[in-house]
Amino acid sequence: MIRHLLAAALLVAAAPAAAQTVAIVGGTVALGDGSEPIQNGTVVIRGGRIVDAGYQVGVPAGATIVDARGKWVTPGLVAGFSRLGLSEIDLSGGIRDDRAQNGPFSAAIDVAPAINPNYSTIAVNRADGVTRALVAPNTARNIFAGQGAMIDLGADLDPITRARLFQFVELGESGGETAGGSRPSAHVLFRNALREAHELQRFATPIAASGQRREDPIRDVPIIRNPNESREYGPDARRSEDVLLTRFDAAALVPLLQGRQLLLVRVESARDILSVLDIKREYPKLRIVLVGATEGWMVADRIAAARIPVIASALNDLPSSFERLAATQSNIGRMRAAGVQVAIGMVDDDDTRNLFNQRQYAGNLVALTHVPGATGVSWGEALAMITSRAAEAVGMGGEIGTLAGGRRADVVLWSGDPLQVTSNAEMVFIDGVQQPLESRQTRLRDRYRDLDRQVLPEAYRR
Amino acid sequence: MNAKFVAAAVAVALLSGCAALDPPPKKAAPVKFDRDPFASTYQRYPGHPTVIRNVTIFDGEGGEIRGGAILFAEGLIQAVGANIDVPPGAMEIDGAGRYVTPGIIDVHSHLGDYPSPGVPAHSDGNEATSPARPEVWAEHSVWPQDPGFSRALANGGVTALQVLPGSANLFGGRGVTLKNVPARTVQGMKFPGAPYGLKMACGENPKRVYGSRNNMPQTRMGNIATVRQTWAKAQAYKRKWDRYEREGGDMPERDLAMDTLRGVLAGEIIVHNHCYRADEMAIMIDVAREAGYKIGTFHHAVESYKVADLLAANGICSAMWADWYGFKMEAYDAIKENIPFVDRAGACAIVHSDDPNGIQRLNQEAAKALADGRRAGHAVTDASAWRWLSFNPAQSLGIADRTGSLRAGKMADVVLWNMNPFSTYARPEKVWIDGALLYDMHNPRLRPVSDFELGQPGEGDVK
Repeated sequence: MIRHLLAAALLVAAAPAAAQTVAIVGGTVALGDGSEPIQNGTVVIRGGRIVDAGYQVGVPAGATIVDARGKWVTPGLVAGFSRLGLSEIDLSGGIRDDRAQNGPFSAAIDVAPAINPNYSTIAVNRADGVTRALVAPNTARNIFAGQGAMIDLGADLDPITRARLFQFVELGESGGETAGGSRPSAHVLFRNALREAHELQRFATPIAASGQRREDPIRDVPIIRNPNESREYGPDARRSEDVLLTRFDAAALVPLLQGRQLLLVRVESARDILSVLDIKREYPKLRIVLVGATEGWMVADRIAAARIPVIASALNDLPSSFERLAATQSNIGRMRAAGVQVAIGMVDDDDTRNLFNQRQYAGNLVALTHVPGATGVSWGEALAMITSRAAEAVGMGGEIGTLAGGRRADVVLWSGDPLQVTSNAEMVFIDGVQQPLESRQTRLRDRYRDLDRQVLPEAYRR
Repeated sequence: MNAKFVAAAVAVALLSGCAALDPPPKKAAPVKFDRDPFASTYQRYPGHPTVIRNVTIFDGEGGEIRGGAILFAEGLIQAVGANIDVPPGAMEIDGAGRYVTPGIIDVHSHLGDYPSPGVPAHSDGNEATSPARPEVWAEHSVWPQDPGFSRALANGGVTALQVLPGSANLFGGRGVTLKNVPARTVQGMKFPGAPYGLKMACGENPKRVYGSRNNMPQTRMGNIATVRQTWAKAQAYKRKWDRYEREGGDMPERDLAMDTLRGVLAGEIIVHNHCYRADEMAIMIDVAREAGYKIGTFHHAVESYKVADLLAANGICSAMWADWYGFKMEAYDAIKENIPFVDRAGACAIVHSDDPNGIQRLNQEAAKALADGRRAGHAVTDASAWRWLSFNPAQSLGIADRTGSLRAGKMADVVLWNMNPFSTYARPEKVWIDGALLYDMHNPRLRPVSDFELGQPGEGDVK
């Protein structure tokens, strides 16, 4: 233990740690890929990346050694669906950046500029081993909420791992309400939006550097890499008169049609899920990920056949609305058993702040394996659902979510089994950089540890 | 007193010389109104005499017995100990590797008042039409068919709960304590003889709800002024009614709101005060002293750790979450060691849910607090931490003499867990309420299915 503390102190002192080679040795290592944990494993990180991880992995000479005996080592946890960094206080606390109730734009909205790493929510979740998060906007006046990002929770001011990674759309009850009061309306709005984007894609041509429109008889379909470069489509780019979206919003949907950006679709009921599978057949280029899917178990074989990944709420078991009548804690286990790729997300579940609950939920899915008639998941799969599965669902499995060579070095050293809420994160690395685990919560804890009156008021204790 | 008064009246009559034939009217005898017009009709269900042997017992008051045994019959706990005599014919359960605890009691639930599905037609938890609504009773909103009750039983091991009105109002109305046993009526769920609670609220919610309508209260000072004025009115009402019930005469007009507050001032109704911030708790303690009542429990008390000494000195419980924080300004200073720090100060600590999902894993919330507390130096045992889930809540609700711990003679509200309940992998294996087996993990027939769920997709699923 003392040796471990010394090692930790050394690491903190020797910034920037990313350049160092660090070997975490002797711990119970779980790779995050669905496999079961490895006793006495080693994780080697260097240059912000994982070099290697597993049993009998060589420790490079000169590596800083972290003694993990009696500890567990896992990839950093990935919040599969969140609004992290968009709100410091949710209710009556000033601006929230997750939705623009009175703004004119929808699909063009991009959360990236708003993510604030100085929010205490980032530090609190980082201290509990959450290292990355998918951050989605909320819908306001349109079924399209806008574009979400993958972020890291590092203690620096550069949180964005991948901006505009996905577009988020609501097509269930919430989508129906936003669309004016019904699901059919939401579906028409959805198809109309894609029509408008398609039209823009067909007619628009980039503006030449001179400001003149290039006369290009072939009119190549423009490839939009950054959906927000729609400003590049000149004022004379033709659109029909029959439009509902702003040009900016329509342009933001072009990458969806091109299969260059993911579409995260929130639905809960079995019927709504099937409607999304229909959309996938209608627009094969759409790269769809289901979000929510409380009744997914009822159509699990069809989701699996469509090869659409799911970011699901872990423990929804209440018929809290008529789109969740068949809610059960066995939902994820049954979908997984049917071959669906499932990650856990905090969908509308304290999604601005309590992402640390994912590991509790994952543990609870393991607990279900003891209940006759229920379907849970294995320990290794449960861990994967809060590490690699969300990354894989959004096409970033090669970068984050597992302890495999070449991946970003997001690594957490735990006091014990990370799916036990009694365990805590003792060391957290993001991109190979060891992170502080303090927050204003730990500072308040220390200030009020002793309530005896002292020579100066509490305000002087820090 | 009465005799003297009559004599004086006769003397006056004689002096006036004209009314001797017309004796003065005698005061009518006082009539006591029914304090319990919606009485509990709960009756325990039959249970088989049961012994669980070779099991780890957390008795709910801090005690732990390894390899112990518990016997219950006729709805009551008969014996708990290392070795107990078992009557012939008792059902025997081998508890090897398992744990027995008192059933969990949630002091803060809105099940039934904000039931599933959460459609507008079911929004029955806040009578947000005036900041002082002590006349409303949560039990009149409880929908017994809320599927949430069954989840709290089967996943959470919850055997009793208090359903409270919401916190839109400074005085939200009466709460009701229920046995978590399905029934056709709310009376069929009411915990027999449990005292009523009064829900009060500090802080942001009342001033936001009414301030946004340009009504009082719009500020925290408006909150306190309204509360004090209401108590002053209640004191006058109590004087009037106390005199009437003592002396008789003309019955004063009944005021249901004031009846509830009079019950608080008389010590019959327990105050459950939603209050996040430490400074506001201190103000409410002074308000209570001025008005002449005692606060039973501060709910959502995220800053109790700052005034744990004050709470201990005043004998006030704190009902808390393990880790909710920051969802509103008054929750900004939440820390994960709140529960153990309150416990360490010798004050009454309670884990509560306020949530139909959270009520299904209060044991895990306690586990978080336990672990965070240990890391911060509070050497609390597992068995001691179970007080936060059963005995302390029972005290908060005024039912600790009947449930909340495993003591001979108490109600057999018992949970058998398949492993240490502070593990995330633990599940309730069996749950008994008053000795009746109402949930069994191994028996699909022993899972309640509410009317709402009958015939719906997933009916009777393990959920």
